[in-house]
Amino acid sequence: MLAFIGNRALLAIPTLIFISFISFVIIQLPPGDYVTAYAAQLRHAGEYISPLQEEMMRDQFGLNDPMIVQYWRWISDIVLRGDFGYSLEWNAPVSTLIWDRLMLTLAISSASLVLTWAIAIPVGVYSASRQYSFLDHLFTVFGFLGKGIPDFLLALILMWLAFAYLNMDVGGLFSPEYQNAPWSLAKLGNLLSHLWIPLVVLATGGAAGLIRVMRANMLDELGKPYVETAYAQGLSEARVVWTYPVRVALNPFISTVGWALPALFSGDVITAVVLNLPTTGPLLLQALKMQDMYLAGSFILILSVFTVVGTLISDILLAWFDPRIRNA
Amino acid sequence: MTDQTINSTAAPAKDRKEDLYTATPAQLIWRRFSKHALAVISLWFLVILALCALFADMVAPYAPFEVQRLRTLAPPTGIHLFHEGKFVGPFVYGLSRERDAETARVLYETDPETVLPIRFFHQGDDYNFFGLFQSNIHLFGVDDRRQQINLLGTDDLGRDVFSRLMHGGRVTLSAGLIGVVFAFVLGLTLGSISGYFGGWIDNSIQRLMELIRSVPTIPLWMGLAAALPIAWDPIVVYVLITLILALIGWTHLARVVRGQFLAIRNEDYVMAARLAGATEYRIITKHMLPSMTSYIIAALTLAVPEMILGETALSFLGLGLRPPVVSWGVLLQDAQNLRSISLAPWLLSPGAAVVLTVLAFNFLGDGLRDAADPYGQ
Repeated sequence: MLAFIGNRALLAIPTLIFISFISFVIIQLPPGDYVTAYAAQLRHAGEYISPLQEEMMRDQFGLNDPMIVQYWRWISDIVLRGDFGYSLEWNAPVSTLIWDRLMLTLAISSASLVLTWAIAIPVGVYSASRQYSFLDHLFTVFGFLGKGIPDFLLALILMWLAFAYLNMDVGGLFSPEYQNAPWSLAKLGNLLSHLWIPLVVLATGGAAGLIRVMRANMLDELGKPYVETAYAQGLSEARVVWTYPVRVALNPFISTVGWALPALFSGDVITAVVLNLPTTGPLLLQALKMQDMYLAGSFILILSVFTVVGTLISDILLAWFDPRIRNA
Repeated sequence: MTDQTINSTAAPAKDRKEDLYTATPAQLIWRRFSKHALAVISLWFLVILALCALFADMVAPYAPFEVQRLRTLAPPTGIHLFHEGKFVGPFVYGLSRERDAETARVLYETDPETVLPIRFFHQGDDYNFFGLFQSNIHLFGVDDRRQQINLLGTDDLGRDVFSRLMHGGRVTLSAGLIGVVFAFVLGLTLGSISGYFGGWIDNSIQRLMELIRSVPTIPLWMGLAAALPIAWDPIVVYVLITLILALIGWTHLARVVRGQFLAIRNEDYVMAARLAGATEYRIITKHMLPSMTSYIIAALTLAVPEMILGETALSFLGLGLRPPVVSWGVLLQDAQNLRSISLAPWLLSPGAAVVLTVLAFNFLGDGLRDAADPYGQ
């Protein structure tokens, strides 16, 4: 087991190095740099900076150095000092920007994750143990729809329905009057009335796929002899189903725990943009559009690190959970 | 092939059995596939959709950029058959435009006096069909200089949403298909090399795939798409976007192919081919790949919706295709804020098109996979 973990952990290191480089290169890919984008924005607003000023800005930000030098400056600061650099656009350290939004992101994402599982596991188990029943068909339809409807579209439709027919105030997390108010019960209630749409959108998208997986796995397991043995010993159905096959069928959930980690952090970008949530997703989009390279690069780096670490955790959990994998 | 299936079900049982013994693999697959009602319906839907996209100039009653200043955000026109209790064939009522006296908002009222019969193979605007020929025949239209038929309403510039939807389908569907072709070439080449040779080649290709998969998809897509300069030619951007989609999509296909290769690498017939002195290229392309054609086709079909969703999401965020290119994602940009949706819900119709297409591809892929499984019932 220890050798397995050590092996996996060692493999993760070159991956991380490679990814950090890729994230930086991606950010550098577009022709022009932050100063070009900044100047274009100024021109858009009717202002103007001279080429000389642009050059000075470049010098000041160190944008004229060769890429490898810039990369080294960036990555060594992160590794040695935990300093993610400075967002050129926001004029603030990247880490503060991200941390500011991280709490809400984590809250929304973990709530939606719990909701996803709370829907997917019981429904999947039910669908499999009552195959071809009316509810099974209903859930199948739901599963396919959830797979076919892009998250952002679902968000748009729900927003429109809530706005047009329920007369609700949607988008964002707070109504304007609570935006800057101190925390109180009323503000909490306001938050909850806004929170259900992102939760429903994120949970349905995830649950639809997981229900299918759970159902297929359970069907595989339910036909096996050990299930029959358990029944033959006179155990109740609930006991048989929940104690044995469910545990085996949970494998894909464990292997997606790894993916949940970066998802928790990025909190589905597109949905967040549509719903105008103050999470990290829209920040990333804005950073990419503005070529705010330290912010965007750090984002992709952190996300990738989370993915690698998450995959590592999943692998370890799977091996711990399932001796067939550990000994393979 | 279809005829034969019909005949065989009508023939006596004995013939059917003999038919089964002499049927080619393709016939067997087709027979199993045609039992899958949902998949067959999806296939028809996709064929019709593809034809509509291909002949978008003809199917759409108007050009995608034709602006009607006096018909902005007009609601969809309903098709009627009876006028004042009398049957007159399919027709639409004209629309009259007014302004709300208080809010100055434009209001449309159907005008029950103006009956506009729908003319099929109607002569409308000129168009150039892929530079092949000029024509002005449209599948349907109405004879009126002022009025229009807008099956799905118009957008805020008075452009016909249905026409734009047809033209957008051309871009979105072809982007999905071209992306899959790129992914297919990459995945097939690397997957088969990896599975066939094994050893350090396999190991390094596996590592590469893991690396690509370890970067979260959406941010990677966004990062790459944001790297495309705005000023570039739309066609170049289009090709690059499909490449970006393929760059991530190929790993999935390569995994399927590699798994299959590992499974059949030690089969007797592969050994026989090797002993007969066939080159490795010949063994892979002539002996091994054909044995998994069906898996590959199913995997490809299931990969198309991913690409379509990717293109739509990127364009929707403003990172993918940009106007004047018309794609479903670009069309959905119009429906981005609550105000326009509540004012004009029909702007969401490209979304419905996306959902239907993605579902159809999923059903088709499922049906193909079941049909191609030699151990299936």
